[in-house]
Amino acid sequence: MTAPALDRAVPAAPRPRFLAGHFEDLGAQTETAQLGIWLFLGSEILFFGGLFTAYGVYRANHLELFRYAHHFLDWRLGALNTVVLIGSSLSAAWSVRCAQLGQRRGLRATLLVTLLLAAAFMAVKYLEYSHKLHHGVGWGASCHPDAEILGELPAALRAVPVPARLGTFFAVYYLMTGLHGIHVLAGMGLYLWLLARARRGDFGPEYWAPVDTVALYWHLVDMIWIFLFPLFYLIG
Amino acid sequence: MIPAARAAEPAGAPAESYLAHGRGPRAWLLTLDHKRIGVMYLVVITLALLLGGVFALVLRLNLWRPGGGLVSNDTYNKLFTLHGAVMIFLFVIPGIPAALGNFVLPLQLGAKDVAFPRVNLLSFWLYAIGATLFVAVLAVGGVDTGWTLYPPYSLEDARGLGILLALAAVFVAGFSSILTGVNFIASIHRLRAPGMGWFDLPLFLWALYATGVIQIIATPVLGITAAMGFMDRLFHLGLFMPEYGGDPVLFQHFFWFYSHPAVYIMILPAMGIVSEVVSVFSRKPIFGYRYIAMSSIAIAVIGFFVWGHHMFVSGQSRWTNLVFSFLTLLVAIPSAIKTFNWLATMYKGAIDLRTPMVYVLSFFAIFGVGGLTGLFLGALATDVPLHDTYFVVAHFHFVMVGAVLTAFLAGLHYWWPKMTGRMYGEGMARLAAALVFVGFNVTFVPQFFAGVAGMPRRYATYAPAFLGWNRASTVGAFVLALGMGLALGGLLASLRSGRRAPANPWGAASLEWTTPSPPPHENFEATPRPTGPYDFTGLRRVSDEAGWIRVPAEAAP
Repeated sequence: MTAPALDRAVPAAPRPRFLAGHFEDLGAQTETAQLGIWLFLGSEILFFGGLFTAYGVYRANHLELFRYAHHFLDWRLGALNTVVLIGSSLSAAWSVRCAQLGQRRGLRATLLVTLLLAAAFMAVKYLEYSHKLHHGVGWGASCHPDAEILGELPAALRAVPVPARLGTFFAVYYLMTGLHGIHVLAGMGLYLWLLARARRGDFGPEYWAPVDTVALYWHLVDMIWIFLFPLFYLIG
Repeated sequence: MIPAARAAEPAGAPAESYLAHGRGPRAWLLTLDHKRIGVMYLVVITLALLLGGVFALVLRLNLWRPGGGLVSNDTYNKLFTLHGAVMIFLFVIPGIPAALGNFVLPLQLGAKDVAFPRVNLLSFWLYAIGATLFVAVLAVGGVDTGWTLYPPYSLEDARGLGILLALAAVFVAGFSSILTGVNFIASIHRLRAPGMGWFDLPLFLWALYATGVIQIIATPVLGITAAMGFMDRLFHLGLFMPEYGGDPVLFQHFFWFYSHPAVYIMILPAMGIVSEVVSVFSRKPIFGYRYIAMSSIAIAVIGFFVWGHHMFVSGQSRWTNLVFSFLTLLVAIPSAIKTFNWLATMYKGAIDLRTPMVYVLSFFAIFGVGGLTGLFLGALATDVPLHDTYFVVAHFHFVMVGAVLTAFLAGLHYWWPKMTGRMYGEGMARLAAALVFVGFNVTFVPQFFAGVAGMPRRYATYAPAFLGWNRASTVGAFVLALGMGLALGGLLASLRSGRRAPANPWGAASLEWTTPSPPPHENFEATPRPTGPYDFTGLRRVSDEAGWIRVPAEAAP
């Protein structure tokens, strides 16, 4: 009952350029890449999960402080960034479809739009950070808001003395938005890489796994912001 | 399951072994071959074990006299911190999955490599960077916080650069572990040989799967905790410092949310090795295959809900303590399921006392004691008085050192012929196994008694009443070290003088034994046809040189 080895049944077609040696075909490789990225994203959720838990604990311990401190954040800039990121997720999803359909120009355009929107997000974030740091709103022990930024607060709050532990709120704020920002920067790096490969014509209906997996990552980055925005900017 | 498999017959010219495929440092350091990455892990992990072991011996020598005196008390604190950190983060956590798992997993699947070979290499290098950072901690003067790095003590200004390096090392090594988990789970899902179903997987792979789940879910929480501690220490954020409005108990929750499941990252692969070895050397199919497989998953799941038992004396609410105590005791059920299935496998088996089996028998004894003493610590009423005593030290060394180390050595001897193509000397290896067992018990059994009598842990000195227990412990540590040295020496000597290993020296049925020892670069000359991993029918022993060969069913007498 010696069965012939399975290898011999496979016809000798030329191997696709981007097919790794340990896969039978590109379909298997793509599905494996998708499984891998989902597992990694699960890990990422737990990574941020620690910070979200910390947010909950500090908010419960210092509720008054969190209610006071969120007025330092401008919800209009946060909303703008939310729209920017959701837009970039749309173009990221579009880029996957373009790659699968072999629309090379569309692919390059959507990848570029995603990259530019990510850069716009970081630009807004830069304005927010620099405004705060310029006016002494740092984190932890180095949070001493100056008179000018206190003057921007609602009138009712200006009468209240600045809470002693304001830096705790901003430690959580900078850590969470900062880690998210690092993820945006990493995503920009990935989109630059995809763009370079798309210009070279690597992607097509057969081989689009990198576009897909990076887009999945990008959607997660977007999702995390969708939770950060209300937690910091909206709820009081 | 496919009924018959092909005998391992040499077809034409034998393929070049993975050890001969590409030479020079680049061909090793930048290799994508899971087998070479496994070997590199094995080398670094062995070095970490030696380093942590030397720390332990110095600690034990210092405890020879109640007043210490060999090293200063400050140095003692630093040594036990690094002993714990090096052993846990650099040896027991990656030991079995990263070193042996990397080598064996694709072979047992019948695959050519893991799912993401580049990620695998990245994972190795992250581990190597983490290990270097731990050594750097030593170079800048060490840390004296204990391996748990609890704030506020660890984040005070006086701690210096060492704590930053230690936190960075934890962070980096953690990512190595996550990536290994992703790779293993994706490989088991996607790269099984044609015809291999989930319940045709060797139990070692079920164990690695459960381990991977824990690595992916628990390790990122440790990563973010280390990052928070790092930023806290660097910028005085006060997140874990009560005087700045921070919460030190939150750190403990985060830390144990990882570090308790991490105990199962250590023990589950060890249990996987035991499942393989006990079946092969009892010459009986494993008893209760599905129960052992599912109990691995059960341990991984329950393990996520028990971390609070490390914090019974931290000041958390008594109701929390009660729930964690109850959940902790639940882990005993899947652990006992495994143990009884192993014993049932041996029952009426033709037990062959080769070295891996000797280690596995040691494992049963040590894991039995370690597991049962765990019940005292899981139960709230007995944990509170025992919590800060040597009873805890003895318990976790029984589980994390005794059990994991003996299983690691069992696996190392079991797969050594496959990895190196050489047979080690049985006599010396068995003697080493006996010394490891005796040395281990002489070291740690006295610590149970000292702990129950009230000897507190972590101190460089102790009351003279505990002298006898401590001296016994120190003597045992050196016997253990001698045994380990002998085991290592025997294995290394076999590289030069060992007999050539056949493809299947043990008569095992899983796929890694159907390919030559050492395997070719591509693992298999043809895509393998899996049989059941514990289906020993038709396996016949030919000779020492030719090993075991599977005779097709109809040709058998």
